[in-house]
Amino acid sequence: MARQITAPLTKEAAASLRAGESVLLSGTVYTARDAAHKRLCALAAEGKPMPFPIQGAVIYFVGPTPARPGQAIGSAGPTTSYRMDAYSPTLLRLGQLGMIGKGRRGPEVIQAMKETGAVYFGAIGGAGALLSRCVKSAKLVCYEDLGAEAVRELEVENLPLTVVIDSQGNNLYETGRAAYLAWRKQEK
Amino acid sequence: MRELSAGAVTEAVARLCIRANTHLTEDVTQAIAAAREAEDWPAAREILDRILENDAIGGGTPICQDTGMACVFLEVGQDVHITGDLRAAVDEGVRRGYADGYLRKSVVADPLDRVNTGDNTPAMLHVELVPGDRIKITVAPKGFGSENMSRIAMLKPSDGVEGVKAFVVDTVEQAGPNPCPPIVVGVGIGGTFDQCALLAKKALLRDMGSHHQKPFYAELEDELLEKINALGIGPQGFGGRTTALAVHIETLPTHIAGLPCAVNINCHVARHQTEVL
Repeated sequence: MARQITAPLTKEAAASLRAGESVLLSGTVYTARDAAHKRLCALAAEGKPMPFPIQGAVIYFVGPTPARPGQAIGSAGPTTSYRMDAYSPTLLRLGQLGMIGKGRRGPEVIQAMKETGAVYFGAIGGAGALLSRCVKSAKLVCYEDLGAEAVRELEVENLPLTVVIDSQGNNLYETGRAAYLAWRKQEK
Repeated sequence: MRELSAGAVTEAVARLCIRANTHLTEDVTQAIAAAREAEDWPAAREILDRILENDAIGGGTPICQDTGMACVFLEVGQDVHITGDLRAAVDEGVRRGYADGYLRKSVVADPLDRVNTGDNTPAMLHVELVPGDRIKITVAPKGFGSENMSRIAMLKPSDGVEGVKAFVVDTVEQAGPNPCPPIVVGVGIGGTFDQCALLAKKALLRDMGSHHQKPFYAELEDELLEKINALGIGPQGFGGRTTALAVHIETLPTHIAGLPCAVNINCHVARHQTEVL
């Protein structure tokens, strides 16, 4: 059974998560992708406050499709995370504890995660319709001019995620593939 | 000569943009279901189940939030006269489809200045003249998670088929979990730099698992698929057999000095819809 966790994350909860673990995340997450990250880091460089509480925050790398009338959000799957690698270490050092995306992260991000005790979650890329059902409400926080790339506060319920890189730097992209290949070799 | 109004093209493009982003063609769904049955790693099977569940949701919600750049392929019969501006008609179709279908607007007007055009135009338009008096319209929305992992190499003739195999497999391995595996691999071999890339993109439009007409390339498609699925990347890159659903190769004559090879990667949301007017 997948473990239930809550956002924002506590340091203890983040530290207890291990790469490869399936979790169901409920609570408040913030959306941001390329353009929003650039602006958030510009604020940080000027020493200005973040437009949402950054302590323990979980940021979902997503640019949803527009909501139809009566929907909280449109299709809402993860975007590829490496494009946020230039920005994530800055936000992690301000207190962010969780990132949701898909795809590899660079060594500088993993180093910052180990220093700050943060976790990188994978959501299923290309399953935006399924994931949108876990979003109960969405509220604009800032950067409306960015359209799909605006920062939104989402209330999510049982968002299915996999811990890809944990706070010790264990990486499912390496261990999962190695485990499969070792098993396959043994079978043959 | 048959006459066709540009407005009819607009309407068809708008319909196709919406349909392509909300419905997978049957061959794609079947390929994912077949991969799920063939998958031998339990964690990978679970992900493929979730993907199949996602693809069956319907109700007008786009399958993926990256509703892509609208790649539009027109095969225009020489004996049809289009009244009106064809380019403008296609863009108007994209504009309407992306607005009416609640699709994401993902296009910036300038690659460095990066201000969103707000309506997902312009279409990436390819027009080909063919015999007849019909117009075949294919809309293939292309997401950039997979597009960003695509590559082209101007190989040497001496690199031969082994060079092609190494480049294709290496491109998929470098891409790893980033393009949302399981992926579809479009390969262009030959032509010029530009035509080679276009071949790779057109290869993605073929029915899943269909083969190149020459047996040599059909066998190469199967061999490459096997090699890619021995990499162990698996669905979402978490490990498993199913890294790719299909490898499609398209070829063209080329220069005595060259062996261009392009690899265009598509994710499992391999979208394209066609209408004939």
